[in-house]
Amino acid sequence: MNRKRKIYIGLTGGAMILCTALTAALVLFLMGYVLINGIPNITWELLSTKPSYLTERIGILPDILNTVYIVLATLVIVLPLGVGAAIYLTEYAKNKKLVAVIEYAAETLSGIPSIIYGLVGMLLFSNNFGTSLLAGALTLVIMNLPTVMRTTQESLKTVPQSYREGAFGLGAGKWRVIRTVVLPGCVDGVITGCILSVGRILGESAALLFTAGFAHALNGIFTGLASPGATLTVALYVYAKEEGEFGVAFAIAAILMILTLLINLSATLVGKYFAKRRNA
Amino acid sequence: MHRRFIKDLLEWIRNKNSKTYENIIHGLFLILGLITVGCVVLITVYLIVSGIPAIREIGLIKFLFGKEWASTAAEPKYGILPFILTSVYGTAGAILIGVPIGFFTAVYLSKVAHKRVRAVIEAAVNLLAGIPSVVYGLVGMLVLVPAIREIFKVPDGASLLAAIIVLAVMILPNIIKVSITALDAVPKEYEDASLALGATPTETFFKVSVPAAKSGIAAAVVLGVGRAIGEAMAVMMVAGNVANMPSLFESVRFLTTAVASEMAYSSPGSLQRNALFSIALVLFLFIMLINVTLNFFLKRDKEK
Repeated sequence: MNRKRKIYIGLTGGAMILCTALTAALVLFLMGYVLINGIPNITWELLSTKPSYLTERIGILPDILNTVYIVLATLVIVLPLGVGAAIYLTEYAKNKKLVAVIEYAAETLSGIPSIIYGLVGMLLFSNNFGTSLLAGALTLVIMNLPTVMRTTQESLKTVPQSYREGAFGLGAGKWRVIRTVVLPGCVDGVITGCILSVGRILGESAALLFTAGFAHALNGIFTGLASPGATLTVALYVYAKEEGEFGVAFAIAAILMILTLLINLSATLVGKYFAKRRNA
Repeated sequence: MHRRFIKDLLEWIRNKNSKTYENIIHGLFLILGLITVGCVVLITVYLIVSGIPAIREIGLIKFLFGKEWASTAAEPKYGILPFILTSVYGTAGAILIGVPIGFFTAVYLSKVAHKRVRAVIEAAVNLLAGIPSVVYGLVGMLVLVPAIREIFKVPDGASLLAAIIVLAVMILPNIIKVSITALDAVPKEYEDASLALGATPTETFFKVSVPAAKSGIAAAVVLGVGRAIGEAMAVMMVAGNVANMPSLFESVRFLTTAVASEMAYSSPGSLQRNALFSIALVLFLFIMLINVTLNFFLKRDKEK
């Protein structure tokens, strides 16, 4: 082997290991830094109260509840829409051009940055019925539609054609086949879509800033949806950037980090569970 | 005879009805399917309609190539060249740092790494992808910005450089994941043939597998560009947010942060707010251009 070749092999091989180590170190550092700075700041008082100017106390309970409300509202709206679109594409659509157009639209939607969703959401929803969690949720529905659609579509493709043919052969109508044979088969796709969407909603901030606002009021779910409110990420931004409350910001960051971990873990577990069940 | 006729008629109605019933359901699903298309049209129309007036009032050339942005001055100036250049330089910088790191990591994970090592690092990369952008912003604000101030002895570390580094980290998972998918799809025979001819594994990976996966890797890069140019919150927290012409150690404003930072206090209907919508329109055009490029690479990958 000549020298040039040896140097090439050494350099590329070294670069591979170095870069992988760097990536791993980066993740470790981010995790460690956020958790070490954040966890000591997570107190029961922080989690269970709302901010009060009188006692100069900061509580993030309203933000936690707002996040839960917005996640629920978004999922309730996006699931039927996304699953329905996926069913149309895999079960009904015959026109290839139309399918291509719909899929292209979904791809376009997933490439649009969240700040643009924020603006359009503001124009479409907030300007019509006020800055509110519901306006934020509707914006997030548009954002997450492609995700739910894609994961459902993937799992619909794995429902064996023979199941459908069997049901048709027994005299079932199309809708009955979809309801009783196809839909139960795409549960894994719907669940994966849900998990991914929840992750995305938890992390979203730019799209919510101008649609859901940043109030910290403690509300029930229906009043909450109708009034403005900050989710955890928006609250993190406001506390860190506008108010300089880094302790609270780190506490929220640590909570978000742990939630992200849990979401990734559950996505993997769900994937494994359904893969096993399918093969069994 | 009579009975037969009634029976047939009933059957006919039932069939006819079930057909209408099925058609109605078909129609409902068609509407659901078209919602995505409707959303894209709606977004495009809204952005164009709300973005055009300010461009008309300011003048396209003056708007795009004006070097000064002073929206709240007594004599307001609306030139967005600083934002456009900052977004372009920032994205280019992030790609320059993020792509090589992501690329080598992807080759290692796809071709060299032991199964267990790969699983662990892939989980780590997924975590990186899932971390909210405000968390990146927070860490950047408290670690990166002071570090830049200390190392380069500049008065304020909130700068284009800080934004570039944060963006490079943020696009890393996208680049790694998409590249891995492309590299995994390279037929084993290609590699076996190369190994049989006496090339070492490392040579095989870089001279056979990587060229075979080049469309997918290109798609990964374009995806990274899209991510970087569209990121708002993390950049807002580390870039300083002053409308300067881009320079590595200056506080700068991106297209995204230009929209985000003034939206809250601009009054509806004012030229200032309309100009913000025009900026969003410019950003949207950039993204569309990137989407077209991305589809080009993905399509080429599929055709092969």
